[in-house]
Amino acid sequence: MSVALHVPRTASDEGVIDAATKALGDALLGVKEHVGEITLTVKRDEIVNVLKKLRDTAGLEYQQLMEMAGVDYPDRAERFEVVYQLLSLTRNRRLRVKVSTDEATPVPSVTGLWPVAGWLEREVYDMYGVTFAGNPDLRRILTDYGFEGYPQRKDFPLTGHIELRYSEAEKRVVYEPVSLPQDFRTFDFLMPWEGPEYVLPGDEKAVGEAPGAPSPAPAASGPPPVKAEAPKKKGARKPRAKKS
Amino acid sequence: MTDTRTEERSRKRTVEVSVGEPLGHPRDPGDDKISNYTVNFGPQHPAAHGVLRLIMELDGEIVERLDPHIGLLHRGTEKLIEYKTYAQALPYFDRLDYVSPMCMEHSFVLAIEKLMGLEVPLRAQYIRVLMAEMTRISNHMLQLGSHIMDVGAMTPNLWLFEVREDTMQFYERASGARMHANYFRAGGVRYDLPPKLLADIGDWLDNRLHLFEDAISLVADNRIFKQRNVDIAKMSREDSIAWGFSGPMIRAAGIPWDIRRSQPYEVYDRMEFDIPVGTNNDCYDRFMVRVEEVRQSAKIMRQCLDQMPAGPVATDDRKVFPPSRMEMKQSMEAMIHHFKLYTEGYHVPAGEVYVATESPKGEFGVYLVADGTNKPYRCKIRPTGFSHLQAMDFMMRGHMLADTTAILSALDIVFGEVDR
Repeated sequence: MSVALHVPRTASDEGVIDAATKALGDALLGVKEHVGEITLTVKRDEIVNVLKKLRDTAGLEYQQLMEMAGVDYPDRAERFEVVYQLLSLTRNRRLRVKVSTDEATPVPSVTGLWPVAGWLEREVYDMYGVTFAGNPDLRRILTDYGFEGYPQRKDFPLTGHIELRYSEAEKRVVYEPVSLPQDFRTFDFLMPWEGPEYVLPGDEKAVGEAPGAPSPAPAASGPPPVKAEAPKKKGARKPRAKKS
Repeated sequence: MTDTRTEERSRKRTVEVSVGEPLGHPRDPGDDKISNYTVNFGPQHPAAHGVLRLIMELDGEIVERLDPHIGLLHRGTEKLIEYKTYAQALPYFDRLDYVSPMCMEHSFVLAIEKLMGLEVPLRAQYIRVLMAEMTRISNHMLQLGSHIMDVGAMTPNLWLFEVREDTMQFYERASGARMHANYFRAGGVRYDLPPKLLADIGDWLDNRLHLFEDAISLVADNRIFKQRNVDIAKMSREDSIAWGFSGPMIRAAGIPWDIRRSQPYEVYDRMEFDIPVGTNNDCYDRFMVRVEEVRQSAKIMRQCLDQMPAGPVATDDRKVFPPSRMEMKQSMEAMIHHFKLYTEGYHVPAGEVYVATESPKGEFGVYLVADGTNKPYRCKIRPTGFSHLQAMDFMMRGHMLADTTAILSALDIVFGEVDR
């Protein structure tokens, strides 16, 4: 694979992995380098110490926490990843640090190291429901007042559950369950003969039959797991209930 | 005897009067403790630069505490992107920071290209830099103008909007849209810039930017403007770093950090430009850093126009970038490629990247997690204003209520980007 040379070029990351391994010791679970970016996976309970060491150890000096992101992998036992993007102004490098957690286990807050973590953690909490132990102000931040659910989770529907509109009858904004004239339709347009792992729409009865055409890369036999959203929800098809 | 009685009567009357007084207003100043006053600023306020709600706790006219409520423009961009192909996700980036659309696209296409290991022709890189710098001028015209207007001057804003209008017409001539350009693509840019447009941009740089200089000359040394901005919201260097500042905000603190220089992308390493830094890190420095950036951007644009080579403006990898119309009319294979690219789209190999570019507001980053399909698994957008706005509580404490607008303007907040 060729390498894109026109993307932002940091200083060389040579020696970072060794220095980090030395500084972090047991807390370091894994190191990955991909397209010139280093990712460290660390123990969740050690995250404050780890980031403190990465910030203060001479030679590493990642002074800035630029970004925190949550990622949801529903298949994993600890389904959430919390990703910290660090930047070193003096060494001109970037580094990514990850911890994983589940719905119930809090991640130690790093607001003590960087005040900027306050809102970043609030956003991860708002979007994924990951809690941060020690954050003094863990409120929702981007969603509506009184919002329920965690919208960036993979099992949260794109359309949401609640919609609001201005009711002419009540002269105020009313909240209602979402009702769509048409279901949300999603197509992935993957080539059928490259073996998508779900039943093609309109092909439901064909499950178990022999595939229609010989395929260079046959799909796994047996009923394939449904990956895409099942496009059937009878209740959602009925017209909007008029409330007044 | 009589005197005492009169005294008693008058005292009694005083007591009666005070009992009958409504609403607990203190009779005399200093008798009662005055509690702090909470003011709700926004969400619809002309100086809030969008939909921002600030809950301000005031002690007299001094702001004691400030709680920004954001998210009123939250549209779930990151969630939507997970359901769209990479090409379909691109227009969402125009709508993040709608004041500087192409700079938003820039981070995203670079992230895709980094994961795919895609090379971009040199002319496309020059075009991207040219348009990104034009976007920076465009952004700063709006930002500087509204900053000036928020502290009381009207005229410069009108002049600066003329310059901004010019850049938007160039946008339209390049991409077909005045604002939501959707011009950068993975692998290049959508269309080549015609020679007449390049010539006109050159003329514009020579002949129109005097409007900007005129407007700034009205305020840069103006006594009232300085009174409103100098020494307002000072931050130390350490605080600026700890609060995650970037872009003009960190340069105003005297730290010469510019991603275009430190981590050059595209052809920025061939460009000659200076990085203005502040000394005092107050609102005035933030303003002046941006003023100088406009001049430097114009310098970069001139260099782009001088150096721009001829050649293709997009990769010839037909699995990523669609063929031209002309080709499609004659080649069946080109037709198939076009069809596949506009339905299935291209696949990005699994992996994760964080790519940040220097947007006019600071570091705008995209953390992209790809799972090998035609849609992003996760696309986290690092908005610039989010960190800056968070620090507003810290900066604002102890300042007067009227400083709110100056501080907010100097942050350069756009809610399309903060709320996503």
